Amino acid sequence: MRNLFSTVIMTGIFSLTSASLLVTMDAVDVAFTEAAVGAGIATLLFLSTLALTSSEHLPPTRLSFVSVILVTLTGAILIYGTIDIPKFGSGAAPVHQHIAHRFIQSSPTEIGIPNMVTSVLASYRGYDTLGETTVIFTAGIGVLLLLGRGRSANRKTSDKKRGN
Amino acid sequence: MEHHLVLRIIAKLIIPLILIFALYVQFHGDYGPGGGFQAGVIFAAGFILYALIFGVSTVRMVLPLGLLRVTAALGLMLYIGTGLAGLLLGGNFLDYNVLASAPVAGQHLGIMLIEMGVGVTVASVMMMIFYVFAKP
Repeated sequence: MRNLFSTVIMTGIFSLTSASLLVTMDAVDVAFTEAAVGAGIATLLFLSTLALTSSEHLPPTRLSFVSVILVTLTGAILIYGTIDIPKFGSGAAPVHQHIAHRFIQSSPTEIGIPNMVTSVLASYRGYDTLGETTVIFTAGIGVLLLLGRGRSANRKTSDKKRGN
Repeated sequence: MEHHLVLRIIAKLIIPLILIFALYVQFHGDYGPGGGFQAGVIFAAGFILYALIFGVSTVRMVLPLGLLRVTAALGLMLYIGTGLAGLLLGGNFLDYNVLASAPVAGQHLGIMLIEMGVGVTVASVMMMIFYVFAKP
Protein backbone atom coordinates (compact mmCIF):
# COMPACT_ATOMS: atom_id res chain seq x y z
CA MET A 1 0.00 0.00 0.00
CA ARG A 2 1.60 3.23 -1.18
CA ASN A 3 -0.61 5.63 0.77
CA LEU A 4 0.48 5.68 4.41
CA PHE A 5 -2.81 7.26 5.53
CA SER A 6 -4.75 4.15 4.53
CA THR A 7 -2.06 1.98 6.16
CA VAL A 8 -2.56 3.82 9.46
CA ILE A 9 -6.35 3.47 9.26
CA MET A 10 -5.97 -0.24 8.46
CA THR A 11 -3.74 -0.63 11.53
CA GLY A 12 -6.43 1.01 13.64
CA ILE A 13 -9.11 -1.29 12.23
CA PHE A 14 -6.87 -4.32 12.84
CA SER A 15 -6.37 -3.18 16.43
CA LEU A 16 -10.10 -2.77 17.02
CA THR A 17 -10.74 -6.20 15.50
CA SER A 18 -8.19 -7.81 17.81
CA ALA A 19 -9.84 -5.99 20.72
CA SER A 20 -13.17 -7.66 19.87
CA LEU A 21 -11.31 -10.96 19.50
CA LEU A 22 -9.97 -10.51 23.05
CA VAL A 23 -13.51 -9.79 24.30
CA THR A 24 -14.70 -13.13 22.90
CA MET A 25 -11.79 -14.76 24.79
CA ASP A 26 -13.13 -13.16 28.02
CA ALA A 27 -9.99 -11.01 28.37
CA VAL A 28 -11.91 -7.76 28.79
CA ASP A 29 -9.10 -5.89 30.56
CA VAL A 30 -6.68 -6.58 27.74
CA ALA A 31 -9.35 -5.78 25.15
CA PHE A 32 -9.96 -2.47 26.89
CA THR A 33 -6.27 -1.59 26.71
CA GLU A 34 -6.01 -2.68 23.08
CA ALA A 35 -9.02 -0.57 22.06
CA ALA A 36 -7.84 2.50 23.98
CA VAL A 37 -4.15 2.35 23.10
CA GLY A 38 -3.95 0.44 19.81
CA ALA A 39 -7.01 1.79 18.09
CA GLY A 40 -7.10 5.17 19.82
CA ILE A 41 -3.84 6.79 20.87
CA ALA A 42 -1.46 4.87 18.57
CA THR A 43 -3.53 5.62 15.46
CA LEU A 44 -3.64 9.26 16.47
CA LEU A 45 0.12 9.45 17.00
CA PHE A 46 0.70 7.78 13.63
CA LEU A 47 -1.55 10.36 12.00
CA SER A 48 0.25 13.26 13.69
CA THR A 49 3.56 11.78 12.53
CA LEU A 50 2.21 11.71 8.97
CA ALA A 51 1.24 15.36 9.34
CA LEU A 52 4.84 16.12 10.33
CA THR A 53 6.44 14.09 7.53
CA SER A 54 4.67 12.90 4.38
CA SER A 55 1.73 10.59 3.79
CA GLU A 56 3.24 8.91 0.73
CA HIS A 57 6.02 6.41 1.05
CA LEU A 58 8.81 6.45 -1.50
CA PRO A 59 8.77 3.70 -4.14
CA PRO A 60 11.30 0.99 -3.30
CA THR A 61 14.42 1.27 -5.41
CA ARG A 62 14.56 -2.45 -6.10
CA LEU A 63 13.20 -5.66 -4.63
CA SER A 64 16.00 -7.30 -2.70
CA PHE A 65 15.88 -11.08 -2.89
CA VAL A 66 17.95 -11.39 0.27
CA SER A 67 15.31 -9.55 2.29
CA VAL A 68 12.48 -11.63 0.79
CA ILE A 69 14.32 -14.85 1.72
CA LEU A 70 15.11 -13.49 5.19
CA VAL A 71 11.48 -12.54 5.87
CA THR A 72 10.17 -15.89 4.60
CA LEU A 73 12.70 -17.78 6.69
CA THR A 74 11.87 -15.81 9.86
CA GLY A 75 8.14 -16.36 9.29
CA ALA A 76 8.68 -20.09 8.76
CA ILE A 77 10.71 -20.36 11.97
CA LEU A 78 8.02 -18.49 13.92
CA ILE A 79 5.27 -20.76 12.56
CA TYR A 80 7.42 -23.82 13.34
CA GLY A 81 7.73 -22.53 16.90
CA THR A 82 3.95 -22.45 17.34
CA ILE A 83 3.48 -26.14 16.39
CA ASP A 84 4.11 -27.63 19.82
CA ILE A 85 2.40 -24.97 21.95
CA PRO A 86 -0.69 -26.22 23.85
CA LYS A 87 -4.12 -25.85 22.23
CA PHE A 88 -6.06 -22.66 22.99
CA GLY A 89 -7.97 -23.00 26.26
CA SER A 90 -6.31 -26.29 27.14
CA GLY A 91 -6.26 -26.88 30.89
CA ALA A 92 -3.02 -28.79 30.65
CA ALA A 93 -1.11 -25.74 29.42
CA PRO A 94 1.82 -24.84 31.74
CA VAL A 95 0.38 -21.36 32.29
CA HIS A 96 -2.70 -22.88 33.96
CA GLN A 97 -0.69 -25.38 36.01
CA HIS A 98 1.85 -23.15 37.69
CA ILE A 99 0.76 -20.43 40.14
CA ALA A 100 -2.62 -19.45 38.66
CA HIS A 101 -4.51 -21.83 41.01
CA ARG A 102 -3.10 -20.15 44.07
CA PHE A 103 -4.03 -16.66 42.80
CA ILE A 104 -7.58 -17.73 41.95
CA GLN A 105 -8.11 -19.51 45.26
CA SER A 106 -6.64 -16.95 47.64
CA SER A 107 -7.33 -13.64 45.88
CA PRO A 108 -10.90 -13.26 47.30
CA THR A 109 -9.69 -13.67 50.89
CA GLU A 110 -6.23 -12.10 50.63
CA ILE A 111 -7.00 -9.09 48.45
CA GLY A 112 -10.79 -8.99 48.65
CA ILE A 113 -11.56 -7.20 45.39
CA PRO A 114 -13.84 -8.75 42.77
CA ASN A 115 -11.66 -8.08 39.72
CA MET A 116 -8.92 -10.69 39.95
CA VAL A 117 -7.02 -9.14 37.05
CA THR A 118 -6.52 -6.01 39.11
CA SER A 119 -5.47 -7.97 42.19
CA VAL A 120 -2.82 -9.85 40.21
CA LEU A 121 -1.71 -6.75 38.33
CA ALA A 122 -1.56 -4.34 41.24
CA SER A 123 -0.80 -6.55 44.23
CA TYR A 124 0.66 -9.97 43.42
CA ARG A 125 2.58 -8.59 40.49
CA GLY A 126 2.92 -5.04 41.77
CA TYR A 127 6.63 -5.02 41.08
CA ASP A 128 6.06 -5.77 37.37
CA THR A 129 3.46 -3.01 37.12
CA LEU A 130 5.95 -0.62 38.72
CA GLY A 131 8.37 -1.60 35.96
CA GLU A 132 5.71 -0.99 33.29
CA THR A 133 4.90 2.43 34.69
CA THR A 134 8.61 3.26 34.71
CA VAL A 135 8.83 2.16 31.07
CA ILE A 136 5.99 4.52 30.13
CA PHE A 137 7.58 7.36 32.07
CA THR A 138 10.94 6.71 30.41
CA ALA A 139 9.29 6.59 26.98
CA GLY A 140 7.69 9.97 27.59
CA ILE A 141 10.96 11.50 28.78
CA GLY A 142 12.77 9.96 25.79
CA VAL A 143 10.32 11.39 23.27
CA LEU A 144 10.54 14.76 24.98
CA LEU A 145 14.34 14.69 24.85
CA LEU A 146 14.45 13.65 21.19
CA LEU A 147 11.71 15.86 19.76
CA GLY A 148 10.46 18.29 22.38
CA ARG A 149 13.31 20.60 23.22
CA GLY A 150 14.93 20.83 19.80
CA ARG A 151 11.80 21.86 18.02
CA SER A 152 10.70 24.56 20.41
CA ALA A 153 14.22 26.01 20.53
CA ASN A 154 14.85 25.85 16.79
CA ARG A 155 11.40 26.91 15.69
CA LYS A 156 12.31 30.58 15.27
CA THR A 157 15.38 29.91 13.15
CA SER A 158 13.59 27.36 10.95
CA ASP A 159 10.67 29.72 10.48
CA LYS A 160 13.11 32.40 9.32
CA LYS A 161 14.67 29.98 6.87
CA ARG A 162 11.27 29.08 5.51
CA GLY A 163 10.39 32.76 5.17
CA ASN A 164 13.50 33.38 3.10
CA MET B 1 -11.30 25.07 12.90
CA GLU B 2 -13.81 27.86 13.36
CA HIS B 3 -16.31 26.58 10.80
CA HIS B 4 -16.77 23.04 12.02
CA LEU B 5 -19.93 23.77 13.99
CA VAL B 6 -21.12 20.16 14.28
CA LEU B 7 -17.71 18.93 15.42
CA ARG B 8 -17.41 21.68 18.01
CA ILE B 9 -20.88 21.12 19.49
CA ILE B 10 -20.54 17.32 19.59
CA ALA B 11 -17.06 17.55 21.12
CA LYS B 12 -18.31 19.91 23.81
CA LEU B 13 -21.09 17.42 24.58
CA ILE B 14 -18.98 14.28 24.74
CA ILE B 15 -15.68 15.50 26.25
CA PRO B 16 -17.13 15.76 29.80
CA LEU B 17 -18.58 12.27 29.36
CA ILE B 18 -15.17 10.93 28.24
CA LEU B 19 -13.49 12.46 31.30
CA ILE B 20 -16.14 11.08 33.67
CA PHE B 21 -15.84 7.67 32.01
CA ALA B 22 -12.08 7.83 32.55
CA LEU B 23 -12.60 8.53 36.25
CA TYR B 24 -15.12 5.67 36.41
CA VAL B 25 -12.62 3.29 34.82
CA GLN B 26 -9.97 4.53 37.25
CA PHE B 27 -11.93 4.03 40.45
CA HIS B 28 -14.04 1.08 39.36
CA GLY B 29 -11.00 -0.92 38.24
CA ASP B 30 -11.20 -3.02 41.42
CA TYR B 31 -14.72 -4.18 40.57
CA GLY B 32 -14.93 -4.27 36.78
CA PRO B 33 -12.62 -4.21 33.78
CA GLY B 34 -10.22 -1.31 33.70
CA GLY B 35 -7.64 0.30 35.90
CA GLY B 36 -5.11 3.08 35.97
CA PHE B 37 -3.57 2.42 32.58
CA GLN B 38 -6.82 2.40 30.62
CA ALA B 39 -8.18 5.34 32.59
CA GLY B 40 -5.07 7.40 31.90
CA VAL B 41 -5.30 6.74 28.19
CA ILE B 42 -9.01 7.63 28.07
CA PHE B 43 -8.42 10.79 30.10
CA ALA B 44 -5.66 11.85 27.71
CA ALA B 45 -7.88 10.99 24.73
CA GLY B 46 -10.52 13.44 25.99
CA PHE B 47 -7.99 16.27 26.07
CA ILE B 48 -6.54 15.21 22.72
CA LEU B 49 -10.02 15.36 21.15
CA TYR B 50 -10.32 18.89 22.51
CA ALA B 51 -6.90 19.73 21.07
CA LEU B 52 -7.84 18.36 17.64
CA ILE B 53 -10.92 20.57 17.43
CA PHE B 54 -9.97 23.73 19.31
CA GLY B 55 -6.23 23.72 18.68
CA VAL B 56 -3.24 22.46 20.61
CA SER B 57 -2.40 25.93 21.92
CA THR B 58 -5.77 26.13 23.73
CA VAL B 59 -5.13 22.86 25.56
CA ARG B 60 -1.57 23.93 26.32
CA MET B 61 -3.02 26.83 28.32
CA VAL B 62 -4.93 24.36 30.53
CA LEU B 63 -2.26 21.66 30.70
CA PRO B 64 1.17 23.20 30.02
CA LEU B 65 4.03 20.87 29.13
CA GLY B 66 5.90 21.83 32.29
CA LEU B 67 2.97 20.76 34.47
CA LEU B 68 2.69 17.44 32.61
CA ARG B 69 6.37 16.75 33.18
CA VAL B 70 5.83 17.24 36.91
CA THR B 71 2.64 15.13 37.08
CA ALA B 72 4.25 12.30 35.08
CA ALA B 73 7.01 12.09 37.67
CA LEU B 74 4.54 12.55 40.56
CA GLY B 75 2.47 9.56 39.44
CA LEU B 76 5.51 7.31 39.40
CA MET B 77 6.61 8.73 42.75
CA LEU B 78 3.18 7.99 44.22
CA TYR B 79 3.62 4.37 43.12
CA ILE B 80 7.13 4.10 44.55
CA GLY B 81 6.03 6.01 47.66
CA THR B 82 3.25 3.48 48.31
CA GLY B 83 5.85 0.74 48.04
CA LEU B 84 8.21 2.54 50.39
CA ALA B 85 5.37 3.19 52.87
CA GLY B 86 4.89 -0.57 53.12
CA LEU B 87 8.63 -0.89 53.72
CA LEU B 88 8.61 1.79 56.45
CA LEU B 89 5.59 0.24 58.22
CA GLY B 90 7.43 -3.02 58.63
CA GLY B 91 6.43 -5.00 55.54
CA ASN B 92 8.15 -5.69 52.24
CA PHE B 93 8.42 -3.23 49.34
CA LEU B 94 4.93 -2.95 47.77
CA ASP B 95 3.41 -4.96 50.60
CA TYR B 96 0.00 -3.34 51.12
CA ASN B 97 -1.10 -5.53 54.05
CA VAL B 98 0.57 -3.22 56.56
CA LEU B 99 -0.91 0.03 55.17
CA ALA B 100 -4.15 -0.19 57.19
CA SER B 101 -5.36 -1.95 60.34
CA ALA B 102 -6.71 -4.97 58.47
CA PRO B 103 -4.72 -6.63 55.65
CA VAL B 104 -7.66 -6.53 53.21
CA ALA B 105 -8.27 -2.82 53.90
CA GLY B 106 -4.55 -2.24 53.35
CA GLN B 107 -4.73 -4.05 50.02
CA HIS B 108 -7.69 -1.87 48.95
CA LEU B 109 -5.83 1.31 49.89
CA GLY B 110 -2.57 0.21 48.30
CA ILE B 111 -4.21 -0.86 45.03
CA MET B 112 -6.17 2.40 44.83
CA LEU B 113 -3.01 4.46 45.41
CA ILE B 114 -0.83 2.67 42.88
CA GLU B 115 -3.63 2.69 40.28
CA MET B 116 -3.84 6.46 40.83
CA GLY B 117 -0.10 6.70 40.25
CA VAL B 118 -0.32 4.64 37.05
CA GLY B 119 -3.27 6.70 35.80
CA VAL B 120 -1.61 10.06 36.41
CA THR B 121 1.67 8.98 34.81
CA VAL B 122 0.02 7.39 31.76
CA ALA B 123 -2.30 10.37 31.15
CA SER B 124 0.58 12.85 31.47
CA VAL B 125 2.94 10.87 29.25
CA MET B 126 0.27 10.39 26.54
CA MET B 127 -0.46 14.13 26.53
CA MET B 128 3.28 14.92 26.48
CA ILE B 129 3.90 12.66 23.48
CA PHE B 130 0.88 14.14 21.71
CA TYR B 131 2.13 17.72 22.29
CA VAL B 132 5.50 16.87 20.83
CA PHE B 133 4.04 15.20 17.76
CA ALA B 134 1.20 17.66 17.14
CA LYS B 135 1.87 20.52 14.80
CA PRO B 136 2.14 23.79 16.70
